[in-house]
Amino acid sequence: MSEVTVFEPDEPVVVEVEVNGEPVTAEVPSRMLLSDFLRQRLGLTGTHVGCEHGVCGACTVHIDGRPARSCLTLVAQTDGRSVRTVEGLACADGTLHPVQRAFKECHALQCGFCTPGFMMAVAGLLDERDDLATADDETIREEISGNVCRCTGYMNIVSAVKRAAELSNERG
Amino acid sequence: MSTRQFGARVQRNEDQRLVTGKGRYVDDIPLTGALHGAFVRSSVAHARITGVDVSRALALPGVVKVYTHADLGALDVQMPLLIPHPCITHGRTQYPLARDEVFHVGQAIAFIVAEDRYIAEDAVSLVEVGYEMLPVEVDFEKAAEPGAPLVHHDVPGNIAAHLVQESGDADAAFAAADHITSIKVRVDRSTAAPMECLATAARWDEVTGELTVWDGTQAPIGLRGALASLFELDEHRVRVIAPDVGGGFGPKIHFPYANEVLVPLASMELRRPVKWIEDRSENFVHMTHERGQIHEIELAATSDGTVLGLRNRFLHDTGAFIPYGIAVAQVAACQIAGPYRIPNVRVEFSCVYTPTVPVTPYRGCGRPQANFAIERAMDQLAEELGIDRFELRRRNFIQPEEFPYTRPNLIFADGLAVTHDSGEYEKALTALTDALDLAAFAKEQREAWAQGRYLGLGVSFYVEGTGLGPYEGGHVRIHPITGKIFVNTGLTTQGQGHETVFAQIVADQLGARVEDIIVVEGDTGVYDWGVATFASRAAVVSGSAIHKAAVLARKQVINAAANMLEADPDDIELADGRAFVVGSGTAGVTLAEVATASNPLRYAFNKAAQSATQFAPAARSDGPSLGEGAHPGIEATDYYSPPHATWAYGVHGAIVEVDPATYGIKIHRYVCVHDCGNMINPMIVEGQIAGGVAQGMGGAFYEKLDYDEDGTLRNASFMDFLIPYATEIPHVEMIHQETPSPLNPLGIKGVGEAGTIPVAQVIVSAIEDALKPLDLPPFRMTPLSPSLIHSHIAESGNRG
Ligand code: FES
Ligand code: FES
Repeated sequence: MSEVTVFEPDEPVVVEVEVNGEPVTAEVPSRMLLSDFLRQRLGLTGTHVGCEHGVCGACTVHIDGRPARSCLTLVAQTDGRSVRTVEGLACADGTLHPVQRAFKECHALQCGFCTPGFMMAVAGLLDERDDLATADDETIREEISGNVCRCTGYMNIVSAVKRAAELSNERG
Repeated sequence: MSTRQFGARVQRNEDQRLVTGKGRYVDDIPLTGALHGAFVRSSVAHARITGVDVSRALALPGVVKVYTHADLGALDVQMPLLIPHPCITHGRTQYPLARDEVFHVGQAIAFIVAEDRYIAEDAVSLVEVGYEMLPVEVDFEKAAEPGAPLVHHDVPGNIAAHLVQESGDADAAFAAADHITSIKVRVDRSTAAPMECLATAARWDEVTGELTVWDGTQAPIGLRGALASLFELDEHRVRVIAPDVGGGFGPKIHFPYANEVLVPLASMELRRPVKWIEDRSENFVHMTHERGQIHEIELAATSDGTVLGLRNRFLHDTGAFIPYGIAVAQVAACQIAGPYRIPNVRVEFSCVYTPTVPVTPYRGCGRPQANFAIERAMDQLAEELGIDRFELRRRNFIQPEEFPYTRPNLIFADGLAVTHDSGEYEKALTALTDALDLAAFAKEQREAWAQGRYLGLGVSFYVEGTGLGPYEGGHVRIHPITGKIFVNTGLTTQGQGHETVFAQIVADQLGARVEDIIVVEGDTGVYDWGVATFASRAAVVSGSAIHKAAVLARKQVINAAANMLEADPDDIELADGRAFVVGSGTAGVTLAEVATASNPLRYAFNKAAQSATQFAPAARSDGPSLGEGAHPGIEATDYYSPPHATWAYGVHGAIVEVDPATYGIKIHRYVCVHDCGNMINPMIVEGQIAGGVAQGMGGAFYEKLDYDEDGTLRNASFMDFLIPYATEIPHVEMIHQETPSPLNPLGIKGVGEAGTIPVAQVIVSAIEDALKPLDLPPFRMTPLSPSLIHSHIAESGNRG
């Protein structure tokens, strides 16, 4: 006998989630997306939504330290986990994360709409690999091929990835 | 700061907020108690509406209002035809919400306002629309044939506009020619796909009677005018703000979209802020498209390759409506002769209605199509005459001493005859051929062919009329308290770095740091004279206006400082945010002090103000505190109206390899030589080019909107409509050439669209060159995907 689960989109669920280091407890409709929760409930509008179907990466945040698409994640799925957004990327004293510095230095953004998601993806990449400062362009392009930028043509983003890797190597 | 900022690779003022998540795009504006809108859109291309039943939607808890056309009252009118032209004999524009007929999939039929977006979208699916289907013809070439189903029953032949322009005497040139080349090319329909879709939020303030609209538009001043007119409000009661905008690339110049009418209306009627944020699939069927054109082009030449005449007839797909007039077709017509002298040109076009999303400019605006036509034709002519394709181009370039070079009677989008102002075309081509080393490549290509590898070289020369009028304004004011400089113009920015480049221009005049210059634009509440951001005109037109205003402000600072320092104005120098006597070794006065002292005050609210009060010694004079004709503070406004467009140009080349098994294409090198006059910030120029080339690549390979024969868009998502990722875009080598424009004080030409224009021809000609050993018929269409290459080869009976 299999149980039938009836999906009640508006049934409230309570989630306890850590967002940028702060504990948050909230009651949300079960169908609420993480992207909407961050933006509308918490006012963390740095996370952008570019496609709402998991293709462009604009909505990338970290869940338990790994990049994830907040437009494909229900808030309910983050119960008991930690979420980091672009607002939590810099240090508390305002010192920019190496990725933020590198994106500025290398002119890796124009309109800035893809940028938070792109930087979160690259920040995740830097946590995973420490060889990017010397990697060839093709490797870097492959690694960042989950995010769309319509403005820059990617060239400067490739440079920014290298630069961010250098900066974080310096930082150790 | 005495180093010149103009021309320097200055980091951007806008980036700090954008990299920390503090950008403010429309959906980020916090509006307490906002309602959310969603549109019910037509699911069919052409039909009579037999009924719209909104009762189930209205009954859904949380739905506040459902609008159909019947609820719009005085707003149930045809939207304006923004750019009229006498050749538009059958101009048709959309209603905010469809009345009794729909003309394309995606056309708005009803607008739902609900407590949140989830509910609004639930309600969309509860609205029932009855359709009585009408016949459609989506292919614009067939739509222009006699007997094709009509998009608008009262528009014969589906022809919205028809224009013939002739410069010189084309038929005489053809009669005198040794050789005539004629080809037909097709460029498919595409979309700009900015990362931020369209978005509108509005708040009606009952107390002040003011309507504030935040909108992802390229034309806030135009939209403000349209809203004031539609809602019958005095202009000062309508404020349109384009906050941070996530990419524009053209379609955001069009207004008013349905949302730009419905969202303000709902906010006024429901007395609550209302927001509507377009989703991606909606963007594909709602935001305007571009690119669909079919060109027949003929060149008349002497046997040595001198092109005497050009005849061009083309069809332009305008979609279901023509709200932006003939802009795209007209721009295409005016660049059809490219950089070539060709003294006799006749160009004729028809704008054809099809039951598809309306067409307005997208980065390039007709130029990519015209470029593809003329450059494909030049290649063909070279082939037929047995002249090297580079040499053929060289023989026809307008030479530096021939500028200004006018094509009489060929009227550009500014209402003036095409006049190329300056350039060194041959030098640019040589820079490209040197960079690509043609001799070395020829050897490499022969070797590759011998090994069964297909290596090819492509080239395209482009020109771009940029910096169109009518005018823009610049306003410069020094804040008396902080001494920072507040700069305004009537544009908007969608990522082009205006906050930095305009600051660089002002910094040089006022001796201030770029970081201390605050550029605010896109807000009609702050500055509202001007036109909009389009046609690669911002740096040229607003840049020049801001420069002129800054020159005036500089004079004011120098005169005031000379008074304060009791020195001769000629001895005052401005640097590091101060005015001082040159060589005196003294600190002089700060810009804040100058600004404060120039404003006679009654109240000594701070230390600087003390010295500016009417009883302070500095202000003592015989007459009134403010002399006749004087104004308080340091403030200046000036305008720039270009005499005509300024022509940027360049040449791109690529070396590609075609995989004979998969027809996949690898770009080994991509080189871009370009000339946009004097560069304000080379870093930003390079960014514009790199982004433009990437969009051109998308257009060359993948970006084709795929309508089925019923008029349904088959690839309306990022899953199906492929835009390039980092893996698809090559490294672009750039070579800058700077020929100043003689038309404006800074010698600037525009660069926003340049990167995109020539790419399709570069890629297609490179592929054609690579596949030469297969002896195929030439390629005449773009985009050119591997599967299209495959079918081209199969059709030619050659399987490689
Ligand atoms: S918005 Fe989430 S991937 Fe595009
Ligand atoms: S900077 Fe605009 S989409 Fe990437």
